[in-house]
Amino acid sequence: MKREEILGRALGPAPPELTCEQCFEELDRYVELLVAGEPADERVPGMHAHLDGCPACAEDFRSLRDLVIRQGD
Amino acid sequence: MATALMTTPTQRPADSPARDWVERLRADGPEGAAAVAELHALLLKAARFEIGRRGAELKTRGGDADDLAHQAADDALVAILGKLDDFRGESRFTTWAYKFALLEAAVKVRRRAWQGREVPLEDEAWRTLAAAGSGAGRRAEDAELFAALREEIERSLGPRQREVLVAVALNDVPIDVLAERLGSTRGALYKNLHDARRKLRGALAARGFDLGGGEEER
Repeated sequence: MKREEILGRALGPAPPELTCEQCFEELDRYVELLVAGEPADERVPGMHAHLDGCPACAEDFRSLRDLVIRQGD
Repeated sequence: MATALMTTPTQRPADSPARDWVERLRADGPEGAAAVAELHALLLKAARFEIGRRGAELKTRGGDADDLAHQAADDALVAILGKLDDFRGESRFTTWAYKFALLEAAVKVRRRAWQGREVPLEDEAWRTLAAAGSGAGRRAEDAELFAALREEIERSLGPRQREVLVAVALNDVPIDVLAERLGSTRGALYKNLHDARRKLRGALAARGFDLGGGEEER
């Protein structure tokens, strides 16, 4: 494992950061903004940091993003 | 750690036909039943999508993928019907609904994949940190940093914070699996992890380590 990866895992993202509950609440809006090419990180502050810090929510994000993209094909 | 969320006025769902999903799902009789069946079919599709992505993970445990997809769709349907009032119309209804099915499916796969497996001990994390500080090409400061990190994990964190940080952040135990074993929730454990990370940053900074910035790729 790389130095930066271990430090990232142990020390996490810099604040501000959403909670897991807030992440789930905002996930659909965030994904649609992102897929539409809108500034999702500006519109949902703290989401990017949370997805960097929470592996489970990051997986949920990737799944929803990929499913939405697939539905749009 | 909470960030003030932006609020936007409630809008009608972007995929709303003549009568929207919420209305149809609340309807009595055959119309409501048809809407529920239609929603369940969408949730099942999403659950199969998620389980399909995780096929290798599940296959090793001999799981019945389609049975798991049905369970995930059923649980997501119950959750959604109980939260219809929470739908704010800020995304398509289907996108909002899919996230419930994906979450249910992912949690079920993670738990199934970890059935019968022990959560790794702290020793495994210490080996990771030692290797990170002593590998070829490492700077002398790295050995010092990773030794200090281990010291602060042992010294500065409370037992639950240490347990969660070591398991989830260093030993790759899925947070939902740990939550189930500890009788907790993802959100509560992530709060422990967040607090642990904040303490470690503070402790290492107080010892003069420059932690820098940098973000991981999602």
